[in-house]
Amino acid sequence: MAIYTSGVIFAGVDTADKDCWKLESYIKRGGYSALDKILNSGMTQEQIIAELKSSGLRGRGGAGFPTGLKWSFMPRALDGQKYIVCNSDEGEPGTFKDKDILEFNPHSLIEGMIIAGFTIGASVGYNYIHGEIFEVYERFEEALAEAKKAGYLGKNILNKNFDFDLFAHHGYGAYICGEETALLESLEGKKGQPRFKPPFPASFGLYGKPTTINNTESLAAVPFIINDGGQAFQDKGIINSGGTKLFSVSGHVNRPGNYEVPLGMPFAKLLELAGGMRDGKKIKAVIPGGSSAPVLPGDVMMQCDMDYDSIAKAGSMLGSGAVIIMNEDVCMVKALERLAYFYHEESCGQCTPCREGTGWLYEIIHRIEHGEGRLGDLELLDNIGNQMAGRTICALADAAVFPVRSFTKHFRHEFEYHIEHKKCLVNHKWC
Amino acid sequence: MIELELDGKIINAASGSTILEVAIKEGKYIPHFCYHKKLSIAANCRMCLVEVEKSPKPLPACATPVTQGMKVHTCSKIAVEAQKGVMEFLLINHPLDCPICDQGGECQLQDIAVGYGSSASRYTEEKRAVTNKDLGPLVTTEMTRCIHCSRCVRFTDEIAGYQELGMGYRNNHVEIMPFIGKTVDSELSGNIIDICPVGALTSKPFRNQYRSWELSRRKSVSAHDGLGSNLAVQVDKYHRVVRVLPLENEELNECWISDRDRFSYEGLYHEDRITSPMIKQDNKWVNVDWETAIAYAAKSINGVKTDHGADAIGVLAGANSTTEELYLLQKLMRKLGVYSIDYRLNQADFTLDGKQHGASYLGGKQTDLLKSKSILVIGSILREEQPLLAAKIRKAVKSGAQLNLINVINEDVLCHVTNQIVCDPREFAYIVAQLVKATGTHSDIDLSNVSLSESATSLVNSIKDGGYIVLGEIAKMQPNYAELLMLVDVLAKNIGGKFGVLSGKANEIGADLAGFVPHKTEFNHKAKNFGMNARQMLENGKKAYVLLNTELECDAYNSNLALNALTLANTVIVMSPYVNEQMRSYADVILPITPFTETAGSFINFEGTWQKFNGVTKPLGDSKPAWKVLRVLANTLSVDGFEQNSIEDVRKELIALNDIAGYLNNSMDISKMVIKKPDLSNLIRIGLQSMYNVDSITRRAKSLQETKQAKIPTLMISSGLADSLKINALSNIQAKQLGFGRKFDIAISDTLPNTVVMLAVNNDTCGFGGRFEVIELNTYLGNYK
Repeated sequence: MAIYTSGVIFAGVDTADKDCWKLESYIKRGGYSALDKILNSGMTQEQIIAELKSSGLRGRGGAGFPTGLKWSFMPRALDGQKYIVCNSDEGEPGTFKDKDILEFNPHSLIEGMIIAGFTIGASVGYNYIHGEIFEVYERFEEALAEAKKAGYLGKNILNKNFDFDLFAHHGYGAYICGEETALLESLEGKKGQPRFKPPFPASFGLYGKPTTINNTESLAAVPFIINDGGQAFQDKGIINSGGTKLFSVSGHVNRPGNYEVPLGMPFAKLLELAGGMRDGKKIKAVIPGGSSAPVLPGDVMMQCDMDYDSIAKAGSMLGSGAVIIMNEDVCMVKALERLAYFYHEESCGQCTPCREGTGWLYEIIHRIEHGEGRLGDLELLDNIGNQMAGRTICALADAAVFPVRSFTKHFRHEFEYHIEHKKCLVNHKWC
Repeated sequence: MIELELDGKIINAASGSTILEVAIKEGKYIPHFCYHKKLSIAANCRMCLVEVEKSPKPLPACATPVTQGMKVHTCSKIAVEAQKGVMEFLLINHPLDCPICDQGGECQLQDIAVGYGSSASRYTEEKRAVTNKDLGPLVTTEMTRCIHCSRCVRFTDEIAGYQELGMGYRNNHVEIMPFIGKTVDSELSGNIIDICPVGALTSKPFRNQYRSWELSRRKSVSAHDGLGSNLAVQVDKYHRVVRVLPLENEELNECWISDRDRFSYEGLYHEDRITSPMIKQDNKWVNVDWETAIAYAAKSINGVKTDHGADAIGVLAGANSTTEELYLLQKLMRKLGVYSIDYRLNQADFTLDGKQHGASYLGGKQTDLLKSKSILVIGSILREEQPLLAAKIRKAVKSGAQLNLINVINEDVLCHVTNQIVCDPREFAYIVAQLVKATGTHSDIDLSNVSLSESATSLVNSIKDGGYIVLGEIAKMQPNYAELLMLVDVLAKNIGGKFGVLSGKANEIGADLAGFVPHKTEFNHKAKNFGMNARQMLENGKKAYVLLNTELECDAYNSNLALNALTLANTVIVMSPYVNEQMRSYADVILPITPFTETAGSFINFEGTWQKFNGVTKPLGDSKPAWKVLRVLANTLSVDGFEQNSIEDVRKELIALNDIAGYLNNSMDISKMVIKKPDLSNLIRIGLQSMYNVDSITRRAKSLQETKQAKIPTLMISSGLADSLKINALSNIQAKQLGFGRKFDIAISDTLPNTVVMLAVNNDTCGFGGRFEVIELNTYLGNYK
C-alpha cells in the first residue's frame, strides 16, 4: 500500500525499508529529540499545552476536537493515578491510517504518548489496538520492548525524575470499542459499550481515574509540534485546519493508499495523487471522512478542499479522513445496504433506538435492494432515522443514520427506481 | 438549591439531582424503564427523553442533572415525539401477546404502551426470538420479551453483590444471560422479578396460575428473619396465599425482600399442614372437634399438675410466634404456677439470665450500624441469617466502612473484608479477650493468660475508634455465649463503640418482652419464681410439655435431648400448624394453629421496631389463631384474665411496648472471669442449618429446597482435618454424638477450621446431640460408596 507524504508523521520514513519502524531508524530521523527537549529544557506542562494549542492540531480520530484543549481539561495538579490512552481501535470502513503509523513508525506514537503522559501527569499509558490487525499489535509490542530497553519507558526516563509505562492492548475487532468510553470499558475487561457522559473521561476515565484519550495520528504528530513548534505545524495547513493529515484513499482509484498531505488541499489534487479514477470511469460519489460521514456526489467533491470547514460546508465531515471514492458503476442502494449492515452488526445494543433502529434500517434497505421495496419505504427510512439520531448514549446511531440520509438525499432517484422496477439502475456485478 | 422550570412551573431542587428525580418529587410522570431509584443510572432505554431548552437534542431525564435556570418540557411535542419513537422501537421486537404473558396486567411496558404506543406497527419484518435461560428454581424466563433495560444485571452486581447476569452479544441480538453453565443463585434473586419491567423474568412457582388483578393484596410482616421485612401478600379468591412481594419500607427492607421471605409461602399449604384438632387414642390419631381437643388438653395439664405439681410442666415456643401468642401463653402458664417457660430453643448458655439489664437488641437502628466506620460481626453467616442486612452492609463497605468477621466458616460476603478470622467457636471468647486486652482492662476480668495474636492486632486497628460489634446466631448458640457477650460489652466500652445482637428469628425481642423466658415476666419484670430454661427443661425431663409453633426435634439446640425428653414425657401438648412423623409419636394432642399469614399479631425486629399486622387470609380449614386457642384454653382451665375478644384486647395489655426503647438494653453485670486459651483437643460439632431450614414454613417451601443454598452438605470437614484423619471424600464415615451415630457422605472444604466437624442440622441429623458439642468421627475400612 502506497504512502505518499508531504507531512510530519511519515516524513523521512522509507516504507520499503523493512527496518524503518525500528528504534535505530527512528532516532536517525531525529526521533526522541522532542522528549529529550522537554526533559532537558525544563519545558513545563503549560508550555507544551500552549504549543499544542497554537499548532491547531485537531483530534484525528474523527471528531476534530482541539487536542491542546483536551489536554488542558486534565486535572494535572491532582494527586493520584491518571492515564493517557491511545485509541488505535481503527474500525471504521475506509479507515486504515493508524495501522500504517503503528506498522511503519510506531516510535512516533510512543514518543507522543510519553510526552502526553508528561503533560497530563499520567504515569501509565495504554494503546488500545484494533483486534483485526493483530500483526500490527505484535509490531507495536516489539517497538515497546525497544523503547523500554533504551530507557525511554520505565523509571527515571532519560535519567530524569519522570516515570512512564506504556502498554499495548488489543481488542477483538468491535467497531464500538473505538468510542472512547466503550474503549475504556473494554480495556477494563468488560463488554465494550459506551458509558453515559457526563462524567467525561477527564474526570472519570479508566478505572474511574482521570484519563485522556487521543487518536494515534494526533499523538504521533506531537513530537513534530514540540520539535518544530506549534506554529510550524499550523503553517502546514490552513486556518482552523492546522497541519497535515493522513487521508486513507480507497475505492475506484488507481493508487489507493494513505496520503499525508496539508489540510486544505483540493480534493481534485488528492484524487490526482491517488492516480485518478480507475479505468477512466466517471466519479459518482465520495464519502470524505469514513463510512459514517454523509456521502457527497462526485461533482460536489471535485469543487471541495480537504479541510474541516470546506467539507462541513459541503454537507459532510472530514471525520477520520477516510476517502471512499465510488465510480459510476456503483449501485448506491447496494452500497448503502452494505453500510447499514455494518452499523447494525456493530451496534452494541444497549440503547433502544440504536439496537432496534439499526436493524430495522438494514432490513428495509435490504428489502429495497432485493426488489421488495415498497412505496413509503424512503419516508419510513427517513422517519426511523429521525427517531434514532441524537437519541442515544454514543454517536453510533448518528453514524448509522448519516449514510442513510445522505444516500437517499443525493441519490434518491436510484432508490425510487429500485422500488419501482425491483432492480438496479446501474449494472453491477453483485446484482 | 437550584431553580428550574419544569413544564412551566418554577421549582427548587437540590443541586446534583436529576430531572427525573425532580419530576417524581413534583408528582410528574416521565415514562422510564431502565431507571430504578436503587440502582445506578444506565440511561440506555431512552424512554425518559425530555426536551430541555437550548439543548439541540432531547435528553434522558434519568441521567441529566438539573442546572440553574434550566427549562424542561416533559410533554412538549419534541419530548412526546422522542418518547413515542422509543416506544415504537421497543415494541417492534416485543411479542404483542399480553393476554398470554404472565406479566400482563402488571407490566410497565404494557402500561406505558397505552400512552405512547400506536395502534398499529410500521414494522413488517420478522420479529426476534430469544432462547430462554435457566436461572434456577425461583426465576423463570421468557427472554423474547426482554427489552434490555439491564436492571436485573445492575441488581445482581450492585445489590446482590455478585454479577450473575450480563448482556451478551450485540445489536438487536443482545441477550440477558447468566454466565455459561451458571444460574442466578443469589439469596436475593427474586427481586429481579420485581424490577423486570416486562414479562422476561417472572416467578417460577407463581407462573401461569393467576392474573394479578384477580388477587387481593394485603400487608404483612415477614416471619423468617430478624429484620421484619414488610410484605405485600397476594391472596386468591379461595383465600390462599399465592405470591409474596416486598412492601416498600425505606428503613427496613427498602424495596427488596430476600428469597426466603418471597418464596416461603409455598410451605403454607404443604401436606403436613393440619386443619383439624387431633388427639391420640390407643396410639392412634383421631380428628376431634375443638371442644374435645381443648378439654383434653386442659385435662392433661390439670392431671400433670395434680399428680406431679406445676413444676413438672415445661413450656417451649418458637420465636417466630407472635408477641400476642407468646404473651398469652406465658400469662396462662404463670397463672397455673408453671414457670419453666422459654423461647431460646437453640441456645446453650443461659448464665446471663437475670444479669442483663433489658432485652438484647441491635444496640441502635440499622442506620447507626451502617454509618459506623468499622463493623465487627462475630459468629454470623450474614448472607444466610440476615440476607438484606448483609446487602446493606455491602453497600456501607462500598462507601468506605470496614467490615471485620470472626466466624466458624469462611463465608464469602461478596465485599471487601478488612479482617477475617475463621476459628473454632471455642476460640470466640479468647479472641475477643485479646481485643479487650489490646484496648484496655477490666477489674473483673483476668487477662493475664491472654496473649495477643497478629490477626487480633490487625483487627484492633480497624475497630479501635468506635467500631460497631454485632453478634449473630452462631455466637448466641455456642456454649460460651455468656462469657463472649460480657467480653464484647467490655470491648465496646473500651473502643467507645456500640454492640448489638441480631435476632435470627422474627420475634426474639417480642418473646423476651412478652415474658417468655424463665427469669423475666412481661416488660423486663424480674420473675418472682425462676423456672427452668430451655436446656434445663430438656435435660431434666418434665412430665408434660406445652409446645407452641416449634418442631422441637429440629429447632432445639440438642435434638437428642429434645426427642428423649418429649418421648419420655407423660403428655405433650402441641400447638402447631404442621405435624411431622416425630411429632405424631411424642405428642398426645395437636391443636392446629395458624401460621402468621392467618392470624393478627405483631413482631419486634432486631432493632426494636414493633410491627403489627393482620392476617392476610382466613385460617385454613378448622385451624385457629393461637391467641384464640389460648384464650379458650385458659377459660376451660378457669384461669381469670382471659376475656379478650379481639387482638386489640390482647394488645391493650401490651400497650407498654409503645415505649419500647425503655426496655431495650444491652448492658449487663460483668462477673469475675479468668480467660484462658481454650482447649481444642476434642473435635467439636458445628451444627449449621441451611438458610431454608430455619422454620417450619420455610423448610416446607418446595422451590426454596431446590436452590443451591438448601443443598449444604450434611457432613463437612476441612482438608487439614481430613489429612490428619487420613480420610477422603470417598471414606466410610460415621458421625457420633451422645451414642447416636449415623453414616454420611463427607464433603471436604477449605472454609472450616481444623478442629471442627460441620454436621448440619436437618432431617437426617435429627437425634444428634448439641449443635456445638463434642462429636466423634469413626472411620471404617473400605470406601463407603
